[in-house]
Amino acid sequence: MSDRAPLTYEAILVQLDEVLEVEFTFIRAEQLAEVIAGMQCEQQDFILDWARRAAAINPELAFQFANRAKEVMEEVELEIVANWCLHAMDSYDRVGLQQAMSVIRDFDGFLAVGHQRAAGSLFEDAVGVLSPFVQGLDGRRLKVQLDDVAWTDGEILYLPEIMARLDNEADNFQLFKAHIAQLWAQTRCGTLNVNLAEVFVAYENPERAQQQFHLLETQRLNAFIKRELPGLFRMMMALGNKLDDPALPEAWQLACEDLQRKEATVDDSLAWLAKLYDDQAHPGFCYQGQLKPTEAWDARQKRIELDKARLREMLRVIANEMMEGDEEREAPPEFDIKDKEDADEEQIVPFEIVLDDVPMPVPESVVEQLTSIMLDLSEIPPEYLDPAGDGEYDPSLFKEDEQGSDDAWSGTYHEEGAFLYNEWDVARQAHKKNWCVLREVEVEPETTDFYHQTLNKYAGHVRSLRRTFEILRGEDKLLKRQRDGEDVDIDALVEAWGDMSQGLEMSEQIFTRMHKEERNIAVMFMVDMSGSTRGWINEAEREALILLAESLEALGDRYAIYGFSGWTRKRCDAFRIKDFDEHWTEDVIGKVCAIEPKDYTRMGAPIRHLTEKLKQVEARTKLLITLSDGKPDDYDLEYRGDYGIEDTRQALYEARREGVHAYCITIDKEGQEYLPHMYGGANYVVLDDIGKLPLKVSDIYRKITT
Amino acid sequence: MSGQAHVLKTEEYFITDEPYYESVGDEISIFEAAYKSGLPILLKGPTGCGKTRFMEHMAWRLKRPLITVSCHDDLTASDLVGRFLIKGGETVWVDGPLAASVRAGAICYLDEVVEARKDTTVVIHPLADDRRVLPMEKVGELLEASPEFCLAMSYNPGYQSVLKDLKQSTRQRFVALEFDYPAAGLEQTIVEKESGVEPSLAARLVKFAQMTRNLKGQGLDEGASTRLLVHAAKLIVEGIDPVVACRSCVSQALTDEADMLVAVNELSSSLF
Repeated sequence: MSDRAPLTYEAILVQLDEVLEVEFTFIRAEQLAEVIAGMQCEQQDFILDWARRAAAINPELAFQFANRAKEVMEEVELEIVANWCLHAMDSYDRVGLQQAMSVIRDFDGFLAVGHQRAAGSLFEDAVGVLSPFVQGLDGRRLKVQLDDVAWTDGEILYLPEIMARLDNEADNFQLFKAHIAQLWAQTRCGTLNVNLAEVFVAYENPERAQQQFHLLETQRLNAFIKRELPGLFRMMMALGNKLDDPALPEAWQLACEDLQRKEATVDDSLAWLAKLYDDQAHPGFCYQGQLKPTEAWDARQKRIELDKARLREMLRVIANEMMEGDEEREAPPEFDIKDKEDADEEQIVPFEIVLDDVPMPVPESVVEQLTSIMLDLSEIPPEYLDPAGDGEYDPSLFKEDEQGSDDAWSGTYHEEGAFLYNEWDVARQAHKKNWCVLREVEVEPETTDFYHQTLNKYAGHVRSLRRTFEILRGEDKLLKRQRDGEDVDIDALVEAWGDMSQGLEMSEQIFTRMHKEERNIAVMFMVDMSGSTRGWINEAEREALILLAESLEALGDRYAIYGFSGWTRKRCDAFRIKDFDEHWTEDVIGKVCAIEPKDYTRMGAPIRHLTEKLKQVEARTKLLITLSDGKPDDYDLEYRGDYGIEDTRQALYEARREGVHAYCITIDKEGQEYLPHMYGGANYVVLDDIGKLPLKVSDIYRKITT
Repeated sequence: MSGQAHVLKTEEYFITDEPYYESVGDEISIFEAAYKSGLPILLKGPTGCGKTRFMEHMAWRLKRPLITVSCHDDLTASDLVGRFLIKGGETVWVDGPLAASVRAGAICYLDEVVEARKDTTVVIHPLADDRRVLPMEKVGELLEASPEFCLAMSYNPGYQSVLKDLKQSTRQRFVALEFDYPAAGLEQTIVEKESGVEPSLAARLVKFAQMTRNLKGQGLDEGASTRLLVHAAKLIVEGIDPVVACRSCVSQALTDEADMLVAVNELSSSLF
């Protein structure tokens, strides 16, 4: 508790005037100030602090918040009020001011949803478990994504944001799982292999037809789930009981029995629909989700085309490899399929690819493709086995998820396949959730001329670097006087023997052991590819990377190189130049040579992304070294100045928390001003001469890793 | 049970009872042919798919003692070849397991050989080509292997880091046998026979294993091995609930990551 007296009315009004920019907004804050003046110190600080944060978005929002907060603070804990404000900010980030305002206006609504959220299972929490859960089930590799309702198009299982029908989180999570099971069964049992929309239209009331069909189909899928996943089926039934799912009408009994047969197909469900269309309505089961026949059918048509092209392309690659490996082979190989002898009936792909009647091993990706095709078509049409011709290759086949970065500006853009990272907003002292959209971009390798020029230019330096780094590499040390070791330590033995003959106790430490100090370092180089590096700096960066890589090859440390550049939060790029498990090959060298200036320097997102990469590497010491030419900066003015510096600092702080040491090498002469704040006192170096960068970088690296 | 362990010298350890092994392909005949020709053998495959069991089975078949060395990253050449020890003021040479196997004409099996330091694997080179000798520099001797001696090693190409790849000069001396998890039906038989669990449960366990194998590369480094299934089945036979058995024997063994652990547990509870 603070001992100081509460702020006076005048002091508060001054603060409010500033926070709410009264000069421009003409907000009248007197009444608000009066109320706040009557509060305890703690409350005053709280409301002014949060008003200030909210004002970073909009003064009016802050004013509305403060006005409402002064009332609700008496009813609920401050923490809830803070969460409410954060929720409004998140809404602003996601949808806009309108939405944020309505959150502020409707505090009671926030409380009600809050209760629901407390007992409910949130998609964002559950997806971490549901995703691998779905991957574990057999069939096509399905993705899990957020939508308004639960449905599937055969590739993606969509789930709603929250499941809150039951009164505790665990049960609600199980309800998520039950939905997943039903949707998975739809993809597994061919529910979507019929153009359902077309069938339903033939009925007087298509909607009703869809409902009745969905009920029938749910029975068929339930039987499948019961056979495959009995534990899950029991759980689904238990959920149905808890939520009082009504039983199906008597008249449906026969249909159920029929549909529960192992052989029943979607056609059987449709046949029963014709009979039971007019029968009484049923509200549906708690786990059945919804059908979107048109969307699913469109997705299937697209998928069939794509799958065919992909399979043929994969076979083309295999065929080419065989032609190259076997010079005697004249005609291109002809693939065929043959039933497996030991296949059981449940297998989706009960056959093997054969070549001249001999089964041939195929990569996992081909099996996945065959699985997907079998699920849609229940057979592999012969023309699918015809390898693609040379001209048919279309790289977009394998990248359907990755929209080109240029789509960032078009209306259809969505963030599929990209990485989303939070960004720290210093004004509101909170993260903006999933604010930055980062993509990994492949770099097209160039010729390696630049590499050879660099090696020539620095020939002497390269040699000495290699030598220095080779010395660093795993130094062997002969340890003497060990309890155990490869050899007898004669000196120690003589001494011990002497001791013993004098009646003293004999030492046991009479061996020598070779001790190898193994370096266990993974280092990530994050290279500034912003537009300001154009010219000299870019060249120096490339030279530095080449010399460094040559040194590291001698040293044996694992290293990766990524370039970064950004153009607003929607378009942060991480250019993959070399990954940890790649070798220093011609191709990689070509990519280093191809590093070129792009856009701006939004640093937070790439730091977070590369930290994620480093997290996946097993190493005792993890380093993130940034080569840069200036402070964080972006096209939108917001990122300039404090905001960018604070976000970068926060990203580096998060990296440190993950055990990643960050270090910065810069040529910005003003770096002294902000680098200590971002990286900490000893974790940066400013080079005054760009020409020295190539010569210095290896030196610096050696210093910080020994 | 007397509670007393049976003490044996490694080179006198003959396997007398046939170790249970289901052949998946022609690995037995290839091994025998390689053995007759004095060629060393490399077993490749994921953990727990039966490599070690196969070695025991072959040792039994060929009626040779089996000396297994589990390699670790501190294993030195002298750990394999031998070293001087002090006894009563004198140095005495003590054979390492590799030298002991050569002397006894045993099968020497280096398990997980990539775990050993790179300089260590080099000492097996002269043994692994047509010379078939083991130089023992410290005593100035050369051990010539008899035709009965056989060198085998195992290697799991899947999960080790790039740093621990097997050197070309090492791997190109060996006849390689590739192992993988057996097909579903066979795996079920193995689980049944090893544990005595009833067929329907064994089938479910195998299905569970396949689910986890679907997750390989999607968050798991490796799917459940046949060995883990046998462990789970043994617990089930002892009366443990299948879901609990799978949790203790499989999920916990596969991952420490919280979400993944829950997901794998959800998969097993869906199945049983």
